[in-house]
Amino acid sequence: MSARLGTGGRLIDRAAGVEFTFNGKRMRGCRGDTLASALLANGQTLVGRSFKYHRPRGIMASGPEEPNALVGLGEGARFEPNQRVTTTELFDGLTSTSQNHWPSLEFDIGAVNDKLYRFLPAGFYYKTFIHPRPAWKHLFEPIIRRSAGLGKAPTEPDADRYEYTYGHCDVLIAGGGIAGLQAALVAGASGLRVLVLEQTPHWGGRAPVDGDVIDGKSADDWVKSALQALDGMKNVTLRARTMVSGVYDHGYVLAEERIADHTPGDGRPRKRLWRIRAGRIVSATGALERPLSFAGNDIPGVMLASAMRDYVVNFAVSPGDRTVVVTNNDDAYRTAIALKEAGLVVAAVIDARAQVTGELPERVRAMGIRVETGRGVVKVKGKKFVTGVAIGLVTGEGAALEEIACDAVAMSGGWSPVVHLWSHCGGKLDWDRKAAMFRPDRNRPPLTLDGTAMVYPAGAANGALAAADALSDAAEAAGAALAALGREAPSVAAAQADSVAEGDLLPVWIMPEGAGPALKSKMWLDWQNDVKVSDVQLAAREGYVSVEHTKRYTTLGMATDQGKLSNINGLAVLSGALGADIPAVGTTTFRPPYTPVTIGALAGEARGDIFQPLRRTPMHDWHLSQGAYMEPVGLWQRPYCYPRAGETHEQAVNREVTNTRERLGILDASTLGKILVKGPDAGKFLDMLYTNVMSSLPIGKCRYGLMCNEQGFLSDDGVVVRLTEDSWLCHTTSGGADRIHGWMEDWLQCEWWDWQVYTANLTEQYAQVAVVGPNARKLLEKMGGMDVSKEAIPFMTFAEGTLGGFPVRVHRISFSGELSYEIAVPASHGAAFWELCHRLGADLGAMPYGTEGLHVLRAEKGFIMIGDETDGTVIPQDLNLDWAVSKKKEDFLGKRGQQRSFLASNDRWKLVGFEALDGSVIPDGAYVTAPGSNEYGFRNAQGRITSTYYSPTLKRGIAMGLLKNGPARMGEVVEFTSASGGAGVSAKVVSPVFYDPEGEKQNV
Amino acid sequence: MSDPVAALNGAQSEGFVRVREIGPVGMITLRAKPGTPGLAEAVKAASGCDLPQPRRITHQGGMSCGWMSPDEYLLILPYHGVAAAMAALEGGLAGTHHLAADVSDARAVFRIEGEKADQVLRKLSPADMDTVGEELRRSRLGQVAAAFWAGEGGYTVVCFRSVAGYVMGLLTHSALPGSEI
Amino acid sequence: MLILECPCCGVKAEETELSPGGEAHLKRFGPGSTDEDFETYMFARQNPKGVHFERWRHAYGCGKWFLAARCTATLEVFGTYPAQTTEPPAELIAKIKARRPDWKGWK
Ligand SMILES: [Zn+2]
Repeated sequence: MSARLGTGGRLIDRAAGVEFTFNGKRMRGCRGDTLASALLANGQTLVGRSFKYHRPRGIMASGPEEPNALVGLGEGARFEPNQRVTTTELFDGLTSTSQNHWPSLEFDIGAVNDKLYRFLPAGFYYKTFIHPRPAWKHLFEPIIRRSAGLGKAPTEPDADRYEYTYGHCDVLIAGGGIAGLQAALVAGASGLRVLVLEQTPHWGGRAPVDGDVIDGKSADDWVKSALQALDGMKNVTLRARTMVSGVYDHGYVLAEERIADHTPGDGRPRKRLWRIRAGRIVSATGALERPLSFAGNDIPGVMLASAMRDYVVNFAVSPGDRTVVVTNNDDAYRTAIALKEAGLVVAAVIDARAQVTGELPERVRAMGIRVETGRGVVKVKGKKFVTGVAIGLVTGEGAALEEIACDAVAMSGGWSPVVHLWSHCGGKLDWDRKAAMFRPDRNRPPLTLDGTAMVYPAGAANGALAAADALSDAAEAAGAALAALGREAPSVAAAQADSVAEGDLLPVWIMPEGAGPALKSKMWLDWQNDVKVSDVQLAAREGYVSVEHTKRYTTLGMATDQGKLSNINGLAVLSGALGADIPAVGTTTFRPPYTPVTIGALAGEARGDIFQPLRRTPMHDWHLSQGAYMEPVGLWQRPYCYPRAGETHEQAVNREVTNTRERLGILDASTLGKILVKGPDAGKFLDMLYTNVMSSLPIGKCRYGLMCNEQGFLSDDGVVVRLTEDSWLCHTTSGGADRIHGWMEDWLQCEWWDWQVYTANLTEQYAQVAVVGPNARKLLEKMGGMDVSKEAIPFMTFAEGTLGGFPVRVHRISFSGELSYEIAVPASHGAAFWELCHRLGADLGAMPYGTEGLHVLRAEKGFIMIGDETDGTVIPQDLNLDWAVSKKKEDFLGKRGQQRSFLASNDRWKLVGFEALDGSVIPDGAYVTAPGSNEYGFRNAQGRITSTYYSPTLKRGIAMGLLKNGPARMGEVVEFTSASGGAGVSAKVVSPVFYDPEGEKQNV
Repeated sequence: MSDPVAALNGAQSEGFVRVREIGPVGMITLRAKPGTPGLAEAVKAASGCDLPQPRRITHQGGMSCGWMSPDEYLLILPYHGVAAAMAALEGGLAGTHHLAADVSDARAVFRIEGEKADQVLRKLSPADMDTVGEELRRSRLGQVAAAFWAGEGGYTVVCFRSVAGYVMGLLTHSALPGSEI
Repeated sequence: MLILECPCCGVKAEETELSPGGEAHLKRFGPGSTDEDFETYMFARQNPKGVHFERWRHAYGCGKWFLAARCTATLEVFGTYPAQTTEPPAELIAKIKARRPDWKGWK
């Protein structure tokens, strides 16, 4: 059983005790522990159940590669599932719960899956549950969903806050081990901006644990002096607890900083997402140890050899009293030495190699530890914990030569450089046959914007595993990165490490090599997704030859650890099964993130009130104070209606429409686009932009205009006013202001750049108030300040002056058919002017009306709305707006497009009005049916509804829509589809102008 | 007539730096190419400021002139000084191709004040704050366009009026105590 | 996430400060043009794996449109230049030819 040792532990503070719970059980750890080391110190070797078979699982690793030990962390609004205990820093009050079991970790009903493994092979999702079809939906899927899935989703909104920060540097160094620090010392000396990010809270990586001696000092001391030197450089920024998650185009790098994970609720943001732009990137991300594939390699107590010595050296935790080390390389002997030096028993080192004569093995032998060569583990004994190992010939079929009792197994299958950051943006890999590892191919790097290499692998991440090699490699990599930035490498000598000569590794992908099916079905490749050697071999037998396909079929490497431990072993097994060379089979693609990033960090500050930028008019607060029901119009917030107590929205809209027609309605029209166009060529420019002529508009007058795209389709409409000889103010739709301003600038900058025209988007400079209805003029007269009579401001003209003391521009335009003034006032006065309108209008029957009332009013008049009557396939002629399309102008945007035969055809669907025979409101979007059906069997259509409302003025449903040859079919009765597919409503084709067709009411 | 009201009526927040909405501030957008006859003189007459070099902002007596694009400047002055400044511009630029418009009410202006004011912008803008220096930088804050420049112990930020609440929210969130970078 | 230097204001803008505008150097065909020419102007676009000329607007910046030459495969940026031209500058073409000897030219 694992336990805390009496002495040692370079990262823990024994004096600072920390209390935490695991599955409700109170436990004690030390400051400096990870949750993993604290659980082990408390003897908790069983920490979870596997995903598919619910096998008992323990801690395997000591870093982000951990596949088994995932827990639910925290409670309530601070609960987060799937947290790796190996990267979770312990803090007082931490609560954790294990996952993937029911009803308890110790006794799990799902473990029956383990007995059924024969029926849950690779690809079982695709095979077993396909027939009969309905069984998937009703039987299999609900069961699988209940038992599958890692952890549980949180149920409460996240209590923490998150943020982004943008970082800029010349050289980004990912990884704060000795290679990263060496690279930083070189890069820092250049004076360029250097950012060094380390995922753990500690600097120095593995070197202090491995006992390296650098420049004559212990690794710990060398790291301390390197950090001191870097701290003294103003151009170097060091940041721990920050994981580089991905490398993207042009030096874009994402990193997740864990600020308050270990101090929850202390008022700091929990995490910060760094969005970095780096000139060059040094990837000093180290290497990960590979497991070995022997039967029972997932039983709690089996651990990576390097992790085991991490626990002993860093945290003074013994993984067991009696350990068997199994290896194919010299590095694992360091674990044997560390265990022995900590006073623990190493029962034996089982080495797959026939000859073992390196310096480290000799030291182990000299310590009196038994070393068996040419042997492998045939099988691990035990269920919820290791009780021993059976050993046999590594080349054999699995006959046990001997059983050795032990309670822990340390395994090492060699090391894989962490090539993720190199690979994210397309860096290619080479298979190093001697070291049996994929390493970055410096001749095929990922490229950045000038076409040169973007990432420089350094140290173990480049395959330089020994400290001495790693340091010189890192110095060289930093120098190359500086050279790419046009800097000479500063004369900083690489630190020297004492090197230990290590013997060659012997690749062993299946142990023993001749193992039969019974053993291979217990050899785990991917612990988290429960993929075994037998599954990959089955995939190969079933015809899978591509590593990418095999990955998806078996789910190898697709869990949250993204195959950090399983990829190479799985690929080697596949290669073996296919009889192909490892580099010929290749690796799967490495994709960001390196380790999972919390969704909250990705969202950053965009949450709650600042989730998105809602645009507000100057009258916004007034609307809210009056209980307005707001609706989004683009990003604008606009009142839909102002319901009174007891009123439905429909009743409110009807009241607002009727009041506007009979007395006085007041609308916040501030969102209307207002673009100033000025210059000697402004008239010529507007004549190109609008379908009708704007250059001839007299000063002081207003004209309705249409804009089309080059295909000829309607894109926007609005009233244009001529301000002066060389300036026009173009009103656009509320949603269209920015788009149309951009459209104008596009043509001026990119096509007619010699035309003398300037534009300015003045949309937000003015609040705009529509004062509408028979009493509109009376209200303005009450305000006083300017003549608002018909003679002074006739219909379709404007005037500037003051009203009630406010500087205004008053337009006589109408989108309702009533007497109407649209008054622009500087936005800083908008709220005050609006309130004045209501105060003085009270005894004239003034009421605010919202966007829905506006829609009903305009539909009663047959006025079109961009986005209702148009959908990007409608031309002005379809809407009977031929009068607004100039025949005289040689050219305007869209003219050539409209000349295309399909658009010029006489058979197009054209605008008409519809009145349901029963007076009802025709459903929006309903189609007018036509006889027969099309080639797909759908009913033919000859028209459709574009706007449909209840008209409180006419007290019946009214609709506008497009109908084939519509204007020639007045009085005809047509049939509409219904949403249910049953009989639809019948309606009469009528003029789309339902109210005051002569326009008498607006022109008074 | 009542007094002009800024978008957020002078909202403030205190974090590791102080954020406050100022204004209303007078602003004139001036579109003209640098070689326009009388341009520098007109800008001087209107604001007292020299015509700024690309990406720079000049200051004089509480008024400023920022370079916004190769043919656009932004004059910043007291709200009630706009009419006079507009008259000075129109006078100085009569007969030339230009556009001058009062945009005082179309904008919201914020001050971020304190030693670490730059950190608030580092969180929200992709601009490289180490190189912004004396520049008027146009970029984005979160999801909206904004312009900012350093001076007087902090930064001045200008955005569109309709999104003032959003920008205040961004600045406040980014300046919360404990979130120093 | 590209970085393109805006030639109008000199800012090294990142992609989130820019809006894309499709292929550069299209010739407009208006009234009087043939159906074929109009169709080409409206719809026919290049989609090369390699050197490409594009329109970009410094939308969260100076607001100006500019043109960029880049490799769609490696994302190498050969250069950016103002939009007021009907063809890429000669020195940019020379630079691209030096970097991509097999390139067949911009049109
Ligand atoms: Zn620019």
